Amino acid sequence: MVRIKKLVLDVLKPHKPNALEFAMALADLGKGLTVRLTVAEVDEKTESTVVILEGSDMDYEAISERIERLGASIHSIDEVEVMGSEEETDAG
Amino acid sequence: MRWPALNRLLVHARQANSIARRYFVTNGFDGALTMLGLMVGFQTGGDVPLSVALQACLGAAVALLMSGLSSAYLSESAERKREMHKLEQALLSDLSESDYGRASRLVPLLVALVNGLSPLVISLIIMLPLWLSLWGMELPMSPFLLAMAVALGLIFLLGVLLGRLSRELWLWAGLRALVVGGLTVGIIYSFN
Repeated sequence: MVRIKKLVLDVLKPHKPNALEFAMALADLGKGLTVRLTVAEVDEKTESTVVILEGSDMDYEAISERIERLGASIHSIDEVEVMGSEEETDAG
Repeated sequence: MRWPALNRLLVHARQANSIARRYFVTNGFDGALTMLGLMVGFQTGGDVPLSVALQACLGAAVALLMSGLSSAYLSESAERKREMHKLEQALLSDLSESDYGRASRLVPLLVALVNGLSPLVISLIIMLPLWLSLWGMELPMSPFLLAMAVALGLIFLLGVLLGRLSRELWLWAGLRALVVGGLTVGIIYSFN
């Protein structure tokens, strides 16, 4: 089994929820999940953001679903850090 | 601190607060002035039976409720759909299942309820002296006059509420609203 430890996402979001509310809604997905959000560009109706998520075992499906629920969309996955678990290595 | 679904929805529904407040005063004012006009008409119209007056007032109150509900719902939902469509175009995504989409469906309902219930409740309060008189309670003056006084009192209070929102002197804002009520009474009296 592979665990996702870090994701850097290029996310286009509306002005509401604001950066803090958006990051808090994402951080709420898991205990120990760290969210760092940087607003890269502000448009009339949207904001381009870089969202960095770090955790011990993140669920990408849940993250992308929450981002869509918040009215935003993932433009690209710019950086990832994943780790294979020991059991999987042994089995393989 | 948790960030539950309700919080996420409230982020978008928050602006409904100011819209609903505006509608409450606007349509409440409509309700109060309509009832005031009816009461002045009954008072100057001679011997109008209380039951007939009450029926007329109830009819007007229900019409105001329906008008308030439908007009606010239709205009607010059209406005929300337009806003959502513009945002969807900017984001190039479908927002119907997002918190924004859900709030866009919820806000018109909340605003419509406030807009419809505000004139109904205000009308029912103004009609109270008519009911009390019909139930046999002794009133210090004609039930129509008393209802007019209640209506003017409520109009004053709505003015005070507006004054507090705009951080004006409450007395001045209340008196200004009262002048509108007084003018209404004056114009109707001048017809007779």
